[in-house]
Amino acid sequence: MTEGSLITEVRELSSRASVIDLKGDVTASAEKALADAYTRASGKFTRTIVLNFSGLEYMNSGGIGMLVTLLVRANRQRQRLVAFGLNEHYRQIFELTRLDEAIGIFDTEAEAFAEADAP
Amino acid sequence: MATEPRDAAYWAKNVTTLKLGEVPAEAVNLNVTGRRVVGPVQGFGKMWQKTMRVELTGAEVTPPEVIKTWKAEFQRFWPERNWFYAPLAGIAPGEVALLNLGLPGRMKLSTGVLVLYADDESFTLMTPEGHMLAGWITFSAEARDVVTVVQIQALERTNDPLYELGYALGGNRLNSRFWIQTAENLARHLGVADPQVDSQVVCVDRRRQWSKAGNIGKNAAVRTFVWTLGTPVRWLRRPFTRRSTGDS
Repeated sequence: MTEGSLITEVRELSSRASVIDLKGDVTASAEKALADAYTRASGKFTRTIVLNFSGLEYMNSGGIGMLVTLLVRANRQRQRLVAFGLNEHYRQIFELTRLDEAIGIFDTEAEAFAEADAP
Repeated sequence: MATEPRDAAYWAKNVTTLKLGEVPAEAVNLNVTGRRVVGPVQGFGKMWQKTMRVELTGAEVTPPEVIKTWKAEFQRFWPERNWFYAPLAGIAPGEVALLNLGLPGRMKLSTGVLVLYADDESFTLMTPEGHMLAGWITFSAEARDVVTVVQIQALERTNDPLYELGYALGGNRLNSRFWIQTAENLARHLGVADPQVDSQVVCVDRRRQWSKAGNIGKNAAVRTFVWTLGTPVRWLRRPFTRRSTGDS
């Protein structure tokens, strides 16, 4: 799905975890695309949503705000949010905004999946 | 070779704790130096998203022109009894500004903000520990049809139970009013005769994060109040103590 300049794809890793692949710009205008992707990724038994940022090209403060509201939504469903594929720049932004204290950050999809599939 | 992301120049870099440059003599700096910034994840109270929008009908200004004016004269558009001491370098990523805010009952709150993000069409300020709110606020302008629209959008929680109580007892409404007035003042300055601000306040998360109740130990309002009580003593001691630099 494309909204603004963000393309999202959803993959099921297991019955308990799904990945949302993000490609393009994460800004406030991508809110609907991300919310729709979250709805598709979130099944009855989903306990972890994995965000793949390896296709991230641009993010502003509106995008960070959107991730916070996504986090609230996930917490309400008793789900965890984890992320991988962040380059050094975006990792620093997660640290600066202290979003890394709530969204676990991993280097690779395999590491994120291991965390996601942990009981 | 990896290319630098397009937004790289717009974000603050390498900020762990806040540092202030030269502080104006009339400003009070009690709660900024050495503090970390806090986002909605670190706050205590309910999470609110506040959006104030105003159309600059009749004003022939582009979004970058609006933001340039706003950055340069940020304090000018604030309601009375509130001071924003802009950093010498202006509103630029990584800069820290000092705030002295007027609270009900003639109380003062000395705190600050970090410029988290700034580009030609928006800038975002993030609050430090001890501030009334944990979160950030984005000031932006965009062209919509033939009109430039200004937006103020905050994502915030109160930082601790004391602030949350104050917010429930009218602080929330006062805070919204503060930003509505700011939007009105900016629009008037840019030539809008009768600005109409559209305000939306949404409770994004009704839960209070009780694990963050300990934030109260850094409450800037309490620290400012105690500091104010000590003013006569400091005044009497002044002739006997050497003038010190740094935090005033």
